[in-house]
Amino acid sequence: MAIFLTKDSKVIVQGMTGSEGMKHTRRMLASGTQIVGGVNPRKAGTTVDVDGTEVPVFGTVAEAIEKTGADVTVIFVPPKFTKDAVVEAIDAEIGLAVVITEGVPVHDTAAFWAYAGSKGNKTRIIGPNCPGLISPGQSNAGIIPADITKAGKIGLVSKSGTLTYQLMYELRDIGFSSAVGIGGDPVIGTTHIDALKAFQEDPETELIVMIGEIGGDAEERAAAYIAEHVTKPVVGYVAGFTAPEGKTMGHAGAIVSGSSGTAQAKKEALEAAGVKVGKTPSETARLARELFKG
Amino acid sequence: MDLFEYQARDLFAKHGVPVLDGDVIETPEAARAIAERFGGRAVVKAQVKVGGRGKAGGVKLAADPADAVAKAEQILGMDIKGHTVHKVMLAQTADIKDEYYVSFLLDRTNRTFLAMASVEGGVEIEVVAEENPDALAKIPVDANEGCTPEKAAEIVAAAKFPAEVADQVADVLQKLWTVFIKEDALLVEVNPLIKSGEGKIIALDGKVSLDENAEFRQPEHEALEDKAAANPLEAAAKAKGLNYVKLDGSVGIIGNGAGLVMSTLDVVAYAGEKHGNVKPANFLDIGGGASAEVMANGLEIILGDADVKSVFVNVFGGITACDAVANGIVQALALLEEKGEAVTKPLVVRLDGNNAELGRQILTDANHPLVEQVDTMDGAADRAAELANK
Repeated sequence: MAIFLTKDSKVIVQGMTGSEGMKHTRRMLASGTQIVGGVNPRKAGTTVDVDGTEVPVFGTVAEAIEKTGADVTVIFVPPKFTKDAVVEAIDAEIGLAVVITEGVPVHDTAAFWAYAGSKGNKTRIIGPNCPGLISPGQSNAGIIPADITKAGKIGLVSKSGTLTYQLMYELRDIGFSSAVGIGGDPVIGTTHIDALKAFQEDPETELIVMIGEIGGDAEERAAAYIAEHVTKPVVGYVAGFTAPEGKTMGHAGAIVSGSSGTAQAKKEALEAAGVKVGKTPSETARLARELFKG
Repeated sequence: MDLFEYQARDLFAKHGVPVLDGDVIETPEAARAIAERFGGRAVVKAQVKVGGRGKAGGVKLAADPADAVAKAEQILGMDIKGHTVHKVMLAQTADIKDEYYVSFLLDRTNRTFLAMASVEGGVEIEVVAEENPDALAKIPVDANEGCTPEKAAEIVAAAKFPAEVADQVADVLQKLWTVFIKEDALLVEVNPLIKSGEGKIIALDGKVSLDENAEFRQPEHEALEDKAAANPLEAAAKAKGLNYVKLDGSVGIIGNGAGLVMSTLDVVAYAGEKHGNVKPANFLDIGGGASAEVMANGLEIILGDADVKSVFVNVFGGITACDAVANGIVQALALLEEKGEAVTKPLVVRLDGNNAELGRQILTDANHPLVEQVDTMDGAADRAAELANK
C-alpha cells in the first residue's frame, strides 16, 4: 500500500520546465514515478524530452488532468507564483499537491490553505518548503533521493528534509512504506497527525518514525493523537535542543518563542504518549531497529 | 523581523491608524527642536526590541525642551536586558483615560489568522491571558475574507469595548488589518490602544513583526533592518546568502539542511559534556547542493570567528552525492589558501549517504593536514568537541 502515493499515482509537475523542475522531473522518472505531464501556459502543446521520455506540457492543471488522469501535482514554481499554482491545483480538484518551493510568504500559504478549506479540502496539500514524499519502489513526488533506501515496513513523517534522508539511510536494510516530508514552515498543509493516521491505517506499515523540530506545537498535538489513536510502535526524534530563544534556525517555523516550542517540551510530550525518543538521529535509528519485529 | 516601536508607528501612520506625532533621534541635542514642536512636553522612549523597558527606566516624561535633552541623554546608551539603547523616540504626551489591547497574528496551531482584543490593555498581555483569560477575546480571521466591518464589529463585541468607542475601535481594527496584509506582517499589536481625554482612540505603542519570505514584494522592508545591531559575522554571512546564526560556543558547524544542522548542534552539545562543556559556535546551513563555492564561503565565515577552536562539517549526501561534496571541500580549502586565508583550525568531516566511500577516499587522498574524517555523526561530534577543548 504505502500512504498518499503509490505506483498507480499519475504525477504532473507545475514548473517542470524550470531548472529545478527539470532536474527533479528527471530524477522522479528515473526512480519509477509515472510522470504524465508538465504544466506551463507559455509552453502548452509542446513536449519535453526527459532522458528519452517524451513528457507533454499542458496549459493548465485542469487540462492535464483531463488528458492524462493525473492525480498528483508536484509544484516547483518560484515563491512569487506559488499561491496561484496551488490555487489552480485546488480549483482543478487534484487529489494531492506537493509544494516543494521554499520561501513562500506565510500570508500566501495561509491564503491557499484557507482556500482549500473553503473548497471542501478535496486536495491534500503537502508543504510548502518540503522535500515531498516517496513510496520506495513505487513512486517519488518531490526531491527525496530515491536511491538511499528501499521498500519496507517503516513509515516516516518529518519536518526536515536531510534528517529524513539520514534516517532513511540508517534504516535502509529494513526499508520504508512511505516517507513524507511535511516541511518546516509555520503553516503547512499535511501535518504529523495526518501522516500518523494514514500510517496507522496502512497495513504495510509496521512501525512509525516521527521527526520534529522546535517551533509551534505540532509535536505536542501529535503526541496527544498517538496516545489516543496509534497502536503501532512510534519512535521519535526532535531537533533543536540547543537552539536559543528568538533565533530562527533555518526553517521559517523553527523558532522558540518564550516557553513555547522548545525541543524539551516536545520530547516530554512524546515520551508521555509512549513514544521512544532518540537523543541523536543514530540513536533514533537504533531504537527503531530494536522495536521493529519484521 | 521584529521592528522598533518607531518603525511600527510609521507603518501604522502610513495605513491610517491614528498615532501621536513622534520622531526618532540618536543624539540628545536633537530632542530640543522636537519637544519645541510638541509645545514643550514630550515622552522620551528608549527604542529596544525587548519588553519591560518602562520598568528598566527607558521611558521618561520631559517637562520642557531642555528636560527632553537631559532625559534623552540619560536614556541613550542605557542597557536594557542586554540591549544597548542607540535610538530614542520622542512622542507627544497623551491624556490617557483608558487603555486597551488589540492585535492580529498568525495562529500556527489552527493555520489561520487571529484577532486578539481586550479592554484591559497597558499591561503585558501574557499576564492578562494567564490571570484573566475571559478578558482576552480571540477571534479567528479567515485569510481570504479578512477583517471586514462585520468581523471588526464581532471582535469589538467579543472584547466588550464600551459603546462610545466601539465604532472607532472597529475602524482602527480594519486599518490594522490593512497593515497586517499590505506589509506581510506576522504580528501587529497595539498595547496600549488608548482612549484620550477627548474620547479619541489612539495607538500609543505598537509591535510589528514582518515576514522575511515576503521581501521579494516588499522592497521597502530592507531599510527597516537594524544593521547596526546585527552580529558582524551574521551580516557577512547574509551578504553571501548563507543561512547563519552566531552562537556562544567554540565548535564551528557546517551542514546541509536546517533539520540536520539543528540536530548537529544538539549532538555536539551532548558530546561537549564530556569535553569541558564545549558548545556549538554557530548554525550554518549550506543547503542541499553543498557546492565548492558555497562550502568555501561557509568555511570563510566560520574560520573568521575568533571563538571557533574546531570545525565540524556534517554532510549527508543525497541529491548531491558525497564524492561531489568531498571535491567541494577540497576545492574550498584550496580557494581559501589562494585568498591567503589558509585553514588554521582542525576540521572534522563526516560524510554519509550516496557515494560515501568515494567521498571519503577523495578526502583521504587529498591528505590535508588539518582535515580528519569520522564516519558517524555521533563519533565526529565527539572528536570535534575534543579538539575544541584542547
